[in-house]
Amino acid sequence: MTSQPLILGIETSCDETGVGLVRGTTMLANAVASSVDEHARFGGVVPEVASRAHLEAMTPTLHRALDEAGVGLEDVDAIAVTAGPGLAGALMVGVSAAKALAIAVDKPLYGVNHLVGHVAAEQLENGALTEPVVALLVSGGHTELLEVSDVASAAKLLGGTIDDAAGEAFDKIARLIGLPYPGGPHIQKAAADGDPSSIRFPRGLTSERDMTRHRYDFSFSGLKTAVARWVETAERDGVPVPVADVAAAFQESVADVLTRKAVLACQERDIGTMVLAGGVAANARVRDLARERCAEAGIELRQPRLSLCTDNGAMIAALGAAVVEQNLEPSAPDFATDSSLPVTQVLV
Amino acid sequence: MLLLALDTSTPAVTVALHDGERAVAHSTHADARRHTELLAPAISDVLAEAGVDRREITGVAVGIGPGPFTGLRVGVTAARTLGTALDVPVVGVCSLDIIAREVTMREAPHGSPFLVVTDARRREVYWSAYDSAGVRTRGPEVGPASGIPDALPAAGAGARTYRDAFPGLLEPEFPSAVFLAAAVVDGAVDTCEPRPLYLRRPDAAPPAARKPVLTPVHPSR
Repeated sequence: MTSQPLILGIETSCDETGVGLVRGTTMLANAVASSVDEHARFGGVVPEVASRAHLEAMTPTLHRALDEAGVGLEDVDAIAVTAGPGLAGALMVGVSAAKALAIAVDKPLYGVNHLVGHVAAEQLENGALTEPVVALLVSGGHTELLEVSDVASAAKLLGGTIDDAAGEAFDKIARLIGLPYPGGPHIQKAAADGDPSSIRFPRGLTSERDMTRHRYDFSFSGLKTAVARWVETAERDGVPVPVADVAAAFQESVADVLTRKAVLACQERDIGTMVLAGGVAANARVRDLARERCAEAGIELRQPRLSLCTDNGAMIAALGAAVVEQNLEPSAPDFATDSSLPVTQVLV
Repeated sequence: MLLLALDTSTPAVTVALHDGERAVAHSTHADARRHTELLAPAISDVLAEAGVDRREITGVAVGIGPGPFTGLRVGVTAARTLGTALDVPVVGVCSLDIIAREVTMREAPHGSPFLVVTDARRREVYWSAYDSAGVRTRGPEVGPASGIPDALPAAGAGARTYRDAFPGLLEPEFPSAVFLAAAVVDGAVDTCEPRPLYLRRPDAAPPAARKPVLTPVHPSR
């Protein structure tokens, strides 16, 4: 359906510069430049390093997306950009570029929510969502459970991490057991040779008491300390640390809590669809366990391919397309970035 | 010709349009924390004020700092994106040189050597030294105002913050896109790639050693 408007999406909330082009729920381009390698020696994303990289990557990534889609800027009908949440300085590069672009092509601009963008990305994979859905968003910066009753206009936060993001926990544990940054892929690789049941690490916020106050919340700080304690005890006793087993058992704890609470949210809210997104959703164990548990519970699990799970511009274009389809008002030309934009605000 | 000039390296968000003869429209707002909000409406405003279409723009000039990073990037990003989208060239100009150009124009023909000093936060300034003709003789550099070797009158907001370090103050306080545009049109300043002059490395250090979580075992006495 070429009659649907062509939406260009820009994403710069963390360390990925993304520009995507979408028509309806059809993805035409998804160009991403990552500064992850520049952050590796710091063991985490350095905001100023990320912002500098966004500036350098912005116009080349824009050109790459246009080439990939085989369209020109004059074909673009509207622009969407991540207004938040994210790193303030990083967001400002994307928003500044998007505003300049909107002036240059004289087309409406929509500042949208990064988290809801992750949910919208799924529509590029398996077509329009049938809302409501529960979305489990897990990445280096986010660990949230959302209830989305309309991807373009109505989302609410059911719960989230009260300390570290899941991805941060992966990075910290990787460092503890001598694996490189970013932790996620390296822990997954190491865990492949380990026994997840060899060590029983705690499941954060799952005790009866925590389930009253923090029913849909997550915590990975206690888990991190438990792993550190276990590793240090082994080192103190002169026992070689079984890296594969520690990685597998840690990964199992994270995957267990994430999927358990997400399934519970679906069941208790009588919602038949779960969307799994964010960088940590690329973890094979998280994906497998989500698939297994959703199947058992009769919940439809929807998860986009890996390149749409991590931060990208196509997901922002997808959300922009949903917003445009509902004829919502464009953002004011003087809209600001909001590093802690609440998920209830899909469009600024 | 129609040159769009802008600078966001200081609290001032300044935009001007120059037709080759004169600045046909300009806009300046000073608000250190709202660059992202102010710049795009300012660009639209100057286009409207001049009564021209954005497609008539033939080039973009942008102040590349030095200046506080986040605000500086707002202008450089916008300039590069406009250049790409409108398919016109983008040039960068040292923002201190823009202030210096205004000093020279104001003081001519009786100028004498001077400094341009802007706020670099963290109790430091960005500064450059200029001769009586407005040619940069040193800088840009970053450091404490007390470390500037030449005791010369100074323009820029940094000179006002550290008033005691300078024998006299000169106008202006902030760069103006009107002077940026005119200087580029007249070929009166050096232009370069539109790449920010950061002068400082990002604040980042490899992580320190992790603190152990086990209580250290003290040898019994």
